[in-house]
Amino acid sequence: MAKRALPEINAGSMADIAFLLLIFFLVTTTMDVDSGINRKLPPWTPPEELPETPPVRKKNIFTVLVNSRNQLLVEDDYMDIKDVRAAAKKFLNNNGDGSCDYCQGGDRNPNSSDNPGKAIISLQNDRGTSYKMYIAVQNELAAAYNELREELAQRKYGKSFDELKDSEQDEIKEAYPQKISEAEPVSLG
Amino acid sequence: MSKFKKKTGGGTPAISTASLPDIVFMLLFFFMVSTVMREVTLKVENTKPMATEIKKLERKSLVTYVYVGKPKAAYIPQVGSEPRVQLNDAFARLNEIQNFVITEREAINEAERPLMTVSIKADEDVKMGLITDIKQELRKAEALKINYSTRKGEVFED
Repeated sequence: MAKRALPEINAGSMADIAFLLLIFFLVTTTMDVDSGINRKLPPWTPPEELPETPPVRKKNIFTVLVNSRNQLLVEDDYMDIKDVRAAAKKFLNNNGDGSCDYCQGGDRNPNSSDNPGKAIISLQNDRGTSYKMYIAVQNELAAAYNELREELAQRKYGKSFDELKDSEQDEIKEAYPQKISEAEPVSLG
Repeated sequence: MSKFKKKTGGGTPAISTASLPDIVFMLLFFFMVSTVMREVTLKVENTKPMATEIKKLERKSLVTYVYVGKPKAAYIPQVGSEPRVQLNDAFARLNEIQNFVITEREAINEAERPLMTVSIKADEDVKMGLITDIKQELRKAEALKINYSTRKGEVFED
């Protein structure tokens, strides 16, 4: 039998099919990247086994309370959320005992934190606090730390914190360790 | 007789569309590769709060999601309008979180288990009481790395 040349398949409609698929993927694609605030939870310990915590001097604790009406009480004073960042920075950078040689512009207020290594931010919220407010407060506190780290990075290396090498980043994180302690919520009213 | 004949006939010649499929396929492959299909159908309202100090979540395979919010209108007759937890495709009770997290962790290869992150995708109107209960459950399940999922934007409305 004589071999017959296969007739060529018309590929003219291939583009249409590809377009169809393309439009399907265009429509279904969501390009959002998940992002958020990272936090680490303390390991679970039953209430009766709670270890004795070493005492922390009251002046080294920056207390932030949020009540069920989303009002803030910072260091026993009513405060607006907009002022939290500045207040936290001032507290962290206070340098009360003078051991922090990189704290520029510290107030050296004897009634505020000794140095950034000892400073602890304590956050307590009510069960009725809205999640939005909680995230706003977390965000402001994180921003206070990030701004201090950024300033130190600029002074020390003349570069932005994000551009530093890992070892340099660790060094700066060490200088301003993020210590945010969250108490279990109570009814603050 | 000149060797160079004037081209006869006016009008532009038709542009070849032979390479059009190639271009379309290129785009197609790009979208196919970059597409992330929604793996769950949301049954709860989910407007995430705004934040500025955010970090990207890397390694999607190591992330477990917990959705929290008011049930959508269609589900209110069955489950009520109080904020609920959604795990995978179903509403869950608080005490189911521990088992869920443990199962998810089993699915991850052993070396990477400590890197597992739980992403809490909560609606901004949820009260902290519920979030705290979830956090306590996560602590009991030893899932200590968490991420509060947020949108990028200014915190203050005005």
